[in-house]
Amino acid sequence: MQKLGKQTIKFDTPPTITEVASIVGPKEANGPLAKYFDQCLEDEFWGEKTWEKSESKIIKETVNLAISKSGIPNNDIEYCFAGDLLNQCISSSFGLRGLNIPFLGIFGACSTFVEGLSLGAIIIEACAKHVLCAASSHFCSAEKQFRFPLELGNQRPPTSQWTVTGAGAAVLSKTGNGPFITHITSGKIIDMGIKDSNNMGAAMAPAALDTLLCHFNDTGRSPSYYDVILTGDLGHVGKEILTELALEKGYNIKSNYNDCGVLIFDKEKQDTHAGGSGCGCCATVFSGYFFKQFKERKIKRILLIATGALMNSTSSQQGESIPGIAHAVSIEL
Amino acid sequence: MDWLQNIEWMSLIKSFVVGGLICVIGQILIDKTKLTPARILVLFVTTGAILGGLGIYQYLVDFAGAGATVPLTGFGNNLAKGAIKAVKEYGIIGAFTGGVTAAAGGISAAVFFGYIASLISKPKMKKQ
Amino acid sequence: MKPLDSKKDYQKYVEQKSPNSPIFKNCFNAFWVGGLICTIGQIIMNICKSKGFSVEISGTIVSIILIGISAFLTSLNIFNKIGKFAGAGSLIPITGFANSIVSPSMEYKSEGYIMGVGGKMFTVAGPVLVFGISTSIIIGLIYMIFNTQSITLV
Repeated sequence: MQKLGKQTIKFDTPPTITEVASIVGPKEANGPLAKYFDQCLEDEFWGEKTWEKSESKIIKETVNLAISKSGIPNNDIEYCFAGDLLNQCISSSFGLRGLNIPFLGIFGACSTFVEGLSLGAIIIEACAKHVLCAASSHFCSAEKQFRFPLELGNQRPPTSQWTVTGAGAAVLSKTGNGPFITHITSGKIIDMGIKDSNNMGAAMAPAALDTLLCHFNDTGRSPSYYDVILTGDLGHVGKEILTELALEKGYNIKSNYNDCGVLIFDKEKQDTHAGGSGCGCCATVFSGYFFKQFKERKIKRILLIATGALMNSTSSQQGESIPGIAHAVSIEL
Repeated sequence: MDWLQNIEWMSLIKSFVVGGLICVIGQILIDKTKLTPARILVLFVTTGAILGGLGIYQYLVDFAGAGATVPLTGFGNNLAKGAIKAVKEYGIIGAFTGGVTAAAGGISAAVFFGYIASLISKPKMKKQ
Repeated sequence: MKPLDSKKDYQKYVEQKSPNSPIFKNCFNAFWVGGLICTIGQIIMNICKSKGFSVEISGTIVSIILIGISAFLTSLNIFNKIGKFAGAGSLIPITGFANSIVSPSMEYKSEGYIMGVGGKMFTVAGPVLVFGISTSIIIGLIYMIFNTQSITLV
């Protein structure tokens, strides 16, 4: 493990992503990526009484699925990094309380999944053999906590994003056939003063840009090195902003850049306005779609930059702006 | 078709147009200022109460009937009117009892139906 | 102008980049739905008057019936669809007030009937009552002091 530049770590023996799993809700199941997910739910409650219980069940089942698909016995997994959007991360801690694996709860808003992968990779390089990373979000529990009751008859502005219902989990191992996590670039908190919580993409785009530029600087790579540069949940608005800002800084990412929030929904048919968001967004899109692309050898190098908006309902009521964060992992075969 | 002749068409048209226009003002505020629904409702109820207190809103009510009383400005007007009426009858205590007394029907109905709804129904995912 | 030079520049840039709400379409929908709700109110009002109720009582009956309809539609998970379509058209009439009380009641049912439903019922509509009632008290007091509605139009 060695440090490159200011914010990047290069792994000497890059950890493998052995197996992944994803479970999504019904709306995502109607989206363009439906066939890539392991399981699609028919209703958001999934037989539970509350949204929160349902989200816990989603992350629990996703984690169990990832472990059983990997064929690694439960006891051999040494650490679990997981997080979600609910206050004090109750979905993951309640969902995974029966897991019996040392648990390190993390919060990075919607960047949680990649934050987990980063920490997981570091701990594998340091000492562990197998590590589990997971993240979840739920449209209904997120609306309830951050916005309004579901039955309130309000309109969503065109810049607003749709929280993905779903969870993604990945099992990292010291040895394996890849794909490998070769580099991680951890982002700084960047706040450009955007206050509109219905425009998260714009609030997070500068953070994504900062991490992107930092990654290229530290590693000496250029955008064309990667088959795909993938952001977590900038959505349509944020995607356009990041493309333009990067171009202005001298990096043309137009041809190979995409965003999980843009990919997961069909904007016109599903009326999701600016696209998907939430921890579950990049967790499910990566675990569902892109991991399979790796396995089929269709792509070889991805830069996955998950973005997060580090705010809560209290801070936005107090008129605070929205600090953004972005963490990148370079995943290669 | 006796009942058809009994409908006062003019009153319906007036209430449609005035009620619709009040809503359009609200819509412009929502789209242009990004105020949350709660703030819009507060703005309307307060405006209605002030206009009611000044006696201006009554003209709109006389003209448009339900077109002026059904929007939340009408709720505000009702509160103000009730307070003034009660002050006339009971003095200072009326300022405290009048408003809510006049709006009691609406508030109680909303509370009661809200509770009933929570007993019989569950929130559902928005499909869109 | 470079968008990342300062926070202000970036905010301006974002405003340009963000799509606007379709305001004409929204206003049109708000107009006819809001108008229709008021017309339904007027029909009820006319019926009440023809049955010999006073104006005040008729107004209260209109409110209660519209609130009842709104609560019913909310509990059938329909009102949010109307609200999404009509925006202020269903928010500004008393139906929106009812919806803003009924919807948190349903949402917080999972936290129990006392502190969930009872405690959270007014999370959205509470400010309406606080400001509406406070304003009415102030108006009553002013009226008492000056013994007149300031521009004595009535």
